Amino acid sequence: MFNPSARQLSVLKVITFALCLAPLARLVWGALDDTLGANPIEFITRSLGTWALNFLLITLTVSPLRKLSGWNWLLRLRRMLGLFAFFYVVLHLTTYLWLDQFFDLQAIAKDILKRPFITVGMSAFVLLIPLALTSNNAMIKRLGGKRWQKLHRAVYAIGILGVLHYWWMVKLDTTLPQVYAVLLALLLGIRAIWREQERRRQLAGNSSLPSKPHGKNIPITAKQ
Amino acid sequence: MLIRSSSDIVPSEITPRGVFERRREFLKTASGAALGVALQPLSAAIAGEKLAAAVKSPYSTLETPTPYKDVTGYNNFYEFGTDKTDPAQNAHTLKTRPWTVSIEGMVKHPRTYAIDDLIKLFPLEERIYRMRCVEGWSMVIPWLGLPLASLLKQAEPLGSAKYVEFISAADPKTMPGVSRRLLDWPYVEGLRLDEALNPLTLLAAGLYGEVLPNQNGAPLRLVTPWKYGFKGAKSLVKIRLVDSEPRTAWMKAAPSEYGFYSNVNPAVDHPRWSQATERRIGEFFKRKTLPFNGYGDQVAQMYAGMDLKKFF
Repeated sequence: MFNPSARQLSVLKVITFALCLAPLARLVWGALDDTLGANPIEFITRSLGTWALNFLLITLTVSPLRKLSGWNWLLRLRRMLGLFAFFYVVLHLTTYLWLDQFFDLQAIAKDILKRPFITVGMSAFVLLIPLALTSNNAMIKRLGGKRWQKLHRAVYAIGILGVLHYWWMVKLDTTLPQVYAVLLALLLGIRAIWREQERRRQLAGNSSLPSKPHGKNIPITAKQ
Repeated sequence: MLIRSSSDIVPSEITPRGVFERRREFLKTASGAALGVALQPLSAAIAGEKLAAAVKSPYSTLETPTPYKDVTGYNNFYEFGTDKTDPAQNAHTLKTRPWTVSIEGMVKHPRTYAIDDLIKLFPLEERIYRMRCVEGWSMVIPWLGLPLASLLKQAEPLGSAKYVEFISAADPKTMPGVSRRLLDWPYVEGLRLDEALNPLTLLAAGLYGEVLPNQNGAPLRLVTPWKYGFKGAKSLVKIRLVDSEPRTAWMKAAPSEYGFYSNVNPAVDHPRWSQATERRIGEFFKRKTLPFNGYGDQVAQMYAGMDLKKFF
């Protein structure tokens, strides 16, 4: 089984970092080269939103993939992927606030209150802020692994809000939002199934002992 | 990075040289036509071919037309796919000859025209119109066409006729999008009879001095510049005079979002987005959307006394 050394892991991280910037690089290149079509601002806004959602789903894939493959080192890339999801969400939001609304606060407030797809999108962004702020070793130490993990389960709700945001934005053809919904359902569903299996295993195994808190136990500890 | 790349002028705002040259050429031929120079008959009708004959119109805007590549490369024509670039990629399969258009229903003289006969009935006019899409973007398009009123007057609507229904082609063999039931095909649009007879209402057979490209609704499409773009039904096969309000394709798909009138109105939001502003294709800043897309002088009186929030 592939088990990278510390050095190999550093290389992996650098490669991942570069790959995560590729969608942005393509947009910058396209904007300078005028290859983003007739409505480049719309193209940039949509593309950034799509990549925010992609990174959210990629981040959610890490733990099931780790469990299925046994590649524990995948967990070492998860923080970066999650922070990139936040990065693309921030850029996506910036294009809306700036290039779509030109910081017209009144229009923005009206949009958030009146348009369900913007309401859920904005909620997802707000929920992501504490997760981004606590994505560092110091905060894990401060919160303690268990509380940190509890907080970061908010990502499940954020995923749902993100897919809803996309679905409700689309005019008629919801094919792509449906694909995202199915992928998200798989990623959340597998967690639910595993959790239920774990619960039953614990109940059957040792009912006399005080039961452990539900859920799989992945010790989250700060790096030394 | 991203912020710096979008300066005051986006590259697409600059009209390509070819388009400018074409435009001058086109203006020359247009003025030639106005002087009574012999008009070239439109026979082959291949998209992109020059349509020589065009009388200028006082209804044209003086605004700069949107570049040809954007007018013909950024389209909503769901019969060929739902992405803006799908129609330009897929619409080559549409066969626009032979093609007939029927004027039927409550008219004294119902008739089926071969498309080449129909567009020779009246001199084609050049109409440079603004086009505002319900999605919040807009263009300026130099159409070539004939006033719908001319055609309707020839057919003589009966006294009982109150509305006009426009029915588009829906051939799954040549229109790949039709096999997906996103809309209830065929695409149907409608106008009140007085709207249909308004001098602004145009049946377009060309743009930019050329035969209408397939992705823009060849061989014949409706253009109502004071209404959202989707009212402009493309690739028309039937124009039917009726006595009750037609149920349009978009009304059937989402009745709370799309009304029969669909007049451009910055004061009435689409349920999911504001209609107060629009982005003109090629421009960086958004502009304020005008009531009736700036055509109030020509059309507002038709809606006098109507609650346009209710009849959206």
